[in-house]
Amino acid sequence: MEFFQQKRPVLTVSQLTSMVKGTLEENFALVWVEGEVSNLRTPSSGHIYFTLKDENSQIRVVMFRGQGRFLKFRPEDGLHIILRGNITVYEARGEYQILADYIEPVGAGALQLAFEQLKEKLAKEGLFDKARKRSIPMVPKKVGIITSPTGAAIRDMLHILGRRFANLHILIYPVRVQGVEAPPEIVQGIRDMNTIPDLDAIIVGRGGGSIEDLWAFNDEGVARAIYNSRVPVISAVGHETDFTIADFVADLRAPTPSAAAELVVQNKVDLEERLETLYRRLCHIVKGELNLLHSHIRNLEGRLKTPKDRVNQLLQRLDDMTLRLNLSMRQKLEFTKRKLEREASLLGSLSPLAILNRGYSITTSLETGMVIKEIGAVKPGDRVGVRVTDGEMLCSIERLTGKGEAGLG
Amino acid sequence: MAEKFEDAMKKLEGIVERMEKGDMFLNESLKLFEEGVKLTRFCSQELQKAEKRVELLTKNIEGKLVAVPFEEETDEA
Repeated sequence: MEFFQQKRPVLTVSQLTSMVKGTLEENFALVWVEGEVSNLRTPSSGHIYFTLKDENSQIRVVMFRGQGRFLKFRPEDGLHIILRGNITVYEARGEYQILADYIEPVGAGALQLAFEQLKEKLAKEGLFDKARKRSIPMVPKKVGIITSPTGAAIRDMLHILGRRFANLHILIYPVRVQGVEAPPEIVQGIRDMNTIPDLDAIIVGRGGGSIEDLWAFNDEGVARAIYNSRVPVISAVGHETDFTIADFVADLRAPTPSAAAELVVQNKVDLEERLETLYRRLCHIVKGELNLLHSHIRNLEGRLKTPKDRVNQLLQRLDDMTLRLNLSMRQKLEFTKRKLEREASLLGSLSPLAILNRGYSITTSLETGMVIKEIGAVKPGDRVGVRVTDGEMLCSIERLTGKGEAGLG
Repeated sequence: MAEKFEDAMKKLEGIVERMEKGDMFLNESLKLFEEGVKLTRFCSQELQKAEKRVELLTKNIEGKLVAVPFEEETDEA
């Protein structure tokens, strides 16, 4: 026993474990491993635990919550994956494991799986709800396009818009539409465009390509940016058969970029036609109504004596009346004139001069000029004038005799 | 008329439908007609209003968005 003790230095379990740990962690600080997921556990801590295996071996894997959050898909048992990580030793159990910081699915169905999983997740969150989709204004005036400034998409869209002579203010936000830089650039684009106050709609998209090329539009960040956009978003990704997550979140999906442009402009042409039709109907109604009214009036006119007739009638009556008035006026004048003549002749017969004719005379006092009607007005010796029909006699009073006294006669 | 195109269009459609029923007095329908003509003019102006312009957004040094006229790159082919 002593011999062994001298020749072979004995380590404690902790010492050995520590040495193994040092060796492993130093030499396997960064590894890429491919294998199949099994015994997957995702406890409430948010960490992900599973075993990665192939035909002959297996190794434990842990991915902490911090990294797990950025996964574009959810690992499942039986899934073939590639992961990146480093070896760590869990001293308490003497086990080694891979601490993974990146996992991607492998094979043909891998992207499809990631797509389906994200779609399901966002659908559950309500990002695709029809009720929250905003309508694109009927007549957009200012439209933002987030796409590559050199790609086929922008060329197609501008071609359509140019051909239609659309009165549109287009703002192009240049982004990369594939590769790892694409999603953050698209996200930033959507955010920046939302700071433009009078923007009516945003078209976000790119031309056709492989599923990998279109992948930026299946990005969760892009989906959330579209969801959070104040301005309505039209997605226009790839060809008609391509469906991306962006298409599901967008307020309107255009099957292609050209279609997005058509949608924006064609709408306008349709509206112009609709407006014209409405206007024509409007005029038609009023014209019809007026025609109807016109014929109605003509009908009434035929049944009524026209105002002209009535006026003529009135005029005639007026003429007649005038004639009669003139006539009666003349008669009245004639009558008055004759009456006047009669009165004048009567007046003539009453004139004092006419009385003198019949032998009467008028005596006036020469002193006062007054006509003498009684004897009291004079005294003997007064001189008076006595007027007869052809002249005047100058006389003097001899004697005065009252009516009862004898004398005159 | 600080009105949205959509609302004006809807109003116009309502007017035309009401008039097509044809159960109103002349002065009423003439009033509606007048309003219809106004709405038509407004909608048509709205359709023509926007200007045709294509611009490229870039960011200046302060990170502010700036619009410059967009020149389409000519095809090499």
